[in-house]
Amino acid sequence: MTTSSEVSHAKIDDSVTAKREMGPLQAMMHTQPFWVFIAILAIGIVMTLVSDVFFTERNLFNITRNFAFFGIMALGMSAVITTAGIDLSVGSLMGLTGIAAGLVMQAGYGIGFGFVACMGTAMIVGLINGCLIAYLRMAPFVVTLGMLAMARSIAMVLSNNKMIYEFGPDQELFEWIGGESVLGVPNPVWVLIILTAVFWWAYRYSTWGRWVFAVGGNQNAAKLAGIPVERVIVSVYVISSLCAGLAAFLMVGWFGSVTNALGLTYELNVIAATVIGGANLMGGVAYALGAPIGAALMELIRNSLLLAGIDALWQQFFVGLFLILAVLLEQIRNRGRS
Amino acid sequence: MSALELRGISKNFGAIQALTAVDLEVERGQAVGLMGDNGAGKSTLMKIIAGNFPPNEGSIALDGDEKHFAKPVDARREGIEIVYQDLALCDNLSAAANVFLGREKKKRLGPIRYLDYASMYERAAELFAELKSETRPRDLVRQMSGGQRQAVAIARTRLSDPKIVLMDEPTAAISVRQVAEVLDLIHRLKETQHAVILVSHRMPDVFEVCDRVAVLRRGRKVADKAIAQTSPEEVTGLITGAIEQA
Repeated sequence: MTTSSEVSHAKIDDSVTAKREMGPLQAMMHTQPFWVFIAILAIGIVMTLVSDVFFTERNLFNITRNFAFFGIMALGMSAVITTAGIDLSVGSLMGLTGIAAGLVMQAGYGIGFGFVACMGTAMIVGLINGCLIAYLRMAPFVVTLGMLAMARSIAMVLSNNKMIYEFGPDQELFEWIGGESVLGVPNPVWVLIILTAVFWWAYRYSTWGRWVFAVGGNQNAAKLAGIPVERVIVSVYVISSLCAGLAAFLMVGWFGSVTNALGLTYELNVIAATVIGGANLMGGVAYALGAPIGAALMELIRNSLLLAGIDALWQQFFVGLFLILAVLLEQIRNRGRS
Repeated sequence: MSALELRGISKNFGAIQALTAVDLEVERGQAVGLMGDNGAGKSTLMKIIAGNFPPNEGSIALDGDEKHFAKPVDARREGIEIVYQDLALCDNLSAAANVFLGREKKKRLGPIRYLDYASMYERAAELFAELKSETRPRDLVRQMSGGQRQAVAIARTRLSDPKIVLMDEPTAAISVRQVAEVLDLIHRLKETQHAVILVSHRMPDVFEVCDRVAVLRRGRKVADKAIAQTSPEEVTGLITGAIEQA
């Protein structure tokens, strides 16, 4: 009796401690992005069989470019949602930063100045959001909802409600960055790929990433452990804003023009993409790969409806449906676990 | 000289007087049991020592030097580690990530610093082995039992070599075998010249590992006696108020 219990209790070595609850493959199958990716493949296969146009280079090129902008913003949003926050201002911010870049370049400055104006504006808005939320402890929903209105309004004031389509000396380069491709892949998609890799690395290997997840998991514990919680919260809102600014910069280049309506209601699609990609609105859970995967699913739905000849008015219905299904799936899986 | 010396600590939250003129000393290599009914002020006192909030009156001295802590990190820098009653863990992170929370180990590759998973897992596994806990460093805390969670919280205090270890109900939610392990750990902390304050409701635990027992009632210290000179009955009486003072 004693010997057996001694064996069972005393033998705690690497064979025990190196074990995981789940193997790597099993762990992957427990993540939401994996299942959404399966759904993407399934829809892709069905559409290839149903439509001749779907699996053409042209169509795939369009799909990937269209979701790249949302994917870029969803990456930033994933950091915000990890901390149990929300950023409703990204759509309006696209309008504001796009106009800021446009005005600077229209005035005859080079693309470098345009880019700095775009990202600088984004950073200021992100700092305002972050500081109000982190230091004044205001609700993220309220702060960013207010910013949604204010940023759009400032975009209207600055642009005087006019379209900008002249982008100064570097117009060609500007339109090339947003609208052209390298090695057959649209430039915004390259940006998305690189950013996804950066976010993946940062979430997994940087102290910042670890702290973002800690703040989302238990803000109080993070604080007690000496993590600068306020600065972490400011950082995620700044990053979300910068992602929106970058998306605007690329999108304006692609369109070749910008109005103050750029990005109108995009915040809904971005949040939906992030949540479909496995981010939990309660905080603490998000995947870097989930952002592009969630954005891809939404664009795929849009594209499929279009090709299937279903009225485009149904689009938002299906986006909303998949959002609800994604959250439902998450709930069911969590229930099974606990 | 005492490792920790509290003099005249008072704390009120608005109209509620949580602590009134509490003195407490702990020597190196000594464990003091802090007992009292719910709301007696035990956790408040622990949190003041750990730097969560400052006292309204009174002073804290470590090895004779008076200290002021603005936040928990200040206390930790001075060698005070605490296991909180609610454990203060992040459920969404692994056991090792929780142990190293706020003081992650990093490797350097050129200008880039990144988290050193291998050595954090290894060190966390060593700490869990020391605690004789079957806690796996890679598992998420969310999936863990009460005992494993406790092990994670205690392992965290062992990361540095603290002077003073505060434990707020470390044996409240764990199995009988693990209680023995935690008490063993407290013995070992004493042997290695650490000062320990143990807050506990469990009389046998306090009588097994502590050298002294201090009793709080309604924010006042009503007794501070060597374990050898008291009994569970007397302590119970002091806690409930059946015995006024000792």
